[in-house]
Amino acid sequence: MAEEKNYKIIQPDNSEENKFLKPENYKREVTAPDGNTFIVDPLNDYFCDAKPQPHAPNTIKVVEKFLNWARSQSIWVLGFGTGCGSIEIYPLMTPRFDAYRFGVQQRPTPRQSNLMIISGYLSVKTLKRAIRSYEQMQSPKFVMALGSCTINGGMYWDSYNTINRLDHYMPVDVYVAGCMPRPEALLAGFMELKKRIREGKGEGANQYAENFDWYKANQKKIIKDWNMPDYNW
Amino acid sequence: MKIVYVLLGLFIIINYGLLQAGVLRRITARVGKRIGVPFYQPYIDLIKNYAIRSQFSHGVMFYLGPVFRLSGGVGIFLFMPLIFGNEIFSNYSMAGDLILIMYFMFIGMLGMALGAGEGGHPYSIIGITRGLSQFTTVEVPFTLAVISIAIQYQTLSITEIVAAQQGGIMHWTLMTNPLATGAAMLSFLGMMMYAPFNVVNAPQENPLGPPTEFHGTFLGMLQTNRVILGVMEAILFMNLFFGGATNWGILFIKAFLIYFYPVFVGAVFPRYRIDQSIRWFLYLPTALGILAIIFI
Repeated sequence: MAEEKNYKIIQPDNSEENKFLKPENYKREVTAPDGNTFIVDPLNDYFCDAKPQPHAPNTIKVVEKFLNWARSQSIWVLGFGTGCGSIEIYPLMTPRFDAYRFGVQQRPTPRQSNLMIISGYLSVKTLKRAIRSYEQMQSPKFVMALGSCTINGGMYWDSYNTINRLDHYMPVDVYVAGCMPRPEALLAGFMELKKRIREGKGEGANQYAENFDWYKANQKKIIKDWNMPDYNW
Repeated sequence: MKIVYVLLGLFIIINYGLLQAGVLRRITARVGKRIGVPFYQPYIDLIKNYAIRSQFSHGVMFYLGPVFRLSGGVGIFLFMPLIFGNEIFSNYSMAGDLILIMYFMFIGMLGMALGAGEGGHPYSIIGITRGLSQFTTVEVPFTLAVISIAIQYQTLSITEIVAAQQGGIMHWTLMTNPLATGAAMLSFLGMMMYAPFNVVNAPQENPLGPPTEFHGTFLGMLQTNRVILGVMEAILFMNLFFGGATNWGILFIKAFLIYFYPVFVGAVFPRYRIDQSIRWFLYLPTALGILAIIFI
């Protein structure tokens, strides 16, 4: 038996901003069990559209220093496997390289991760997903970019569908150069990142919040089919 | 005045649990021929999670989920006699505390179900559904074993059960009622949720399960609870089946060995699917439990 629908989809008008709207994000008129009808607008109702706020570090310097040390010793990685670099991330957890020694652990969800590794070239389609994952991570958060593709485009610099500079779209803490960098280079990158965090320079989340408009303009310039909320936590 | 000692006991248990978790992670790393995390890594993870700057909530139950979970762990602690014959570290142990503790073991899971449900992530809901169904079947052999030893000792007070086991290893429930011990120790594997019964929050399969959406302080609370709950369940089994402890040294050694056993099994065996693990608990451990009641 087909389920009876209790809502009616409202077709969007043909304006510019509705051009790429997905069907599941169309407004709809829902009839509740008690007979009342109300309008649900998924983009506004299901997502928070408040801009990100910068979070000031702890005002007591000693405490902040201690917390930064803890952050540097417990880096939870959200491996965002793009391009060829994701194959270099897996060996990190094997006996040969064993990144656990340095407090580096993998986490499968962006909510609990602190470090996002963009592991190679980013196509525009993937950039959308990368941005959403990055925004779902909680402050303080760090970004590590692997390979020359994320620095200047590398061998894809004139590709029609690949971004050239990652830090136009999200603040990058550490670049690991190479094509591809080996796991040893990645470990060196972790050490560099730890140094930065301990010095209190790992403030990418605040940088993103403060220059939010600039980052958003850059992202929208290259993502033509923007059909998601501007910010999702 | 009692509350001060109870808090002191909680402090000791949390620190012991964190150290034990770090050491056990190092041991499992050695099984995989790795060096592994430093033994103090759980402390750092905890500090870092409590120091996350930005947080958001999905709603009231999302807040209350970790609170329920933590109160489940602390609740078990409050009514568990730690050191036999020591008035100070017997906590609020009383007649019938065994029933209360079994109840507290489930309430955290239920609270977590509400919290994870409000989190809205599909994987959390899959995870918590699996968690509840697996834990229900885990409870069956454990409850049968508890009924068996309740008949054997004619009491539901943990302190009295420990008292009945004093006087050497031959008086332990392990020796006097091996069937109940077997059933309970097999269900213990499911309680600790190491492999092969870790499909609930299987990191590679459904990212993390119930705690997928929890972050920062919420996750810190869940980790704190994990530490307390793990040690307290080991201490519960120590009290019921392995003669209890008369001082902290014996408690630490016994709790470590009991806790080590599911970790050891987990390091060796691969993971069951949820339907396999449910069937597994309803066959051998339940059969042992029923036999334990028949032949008491």
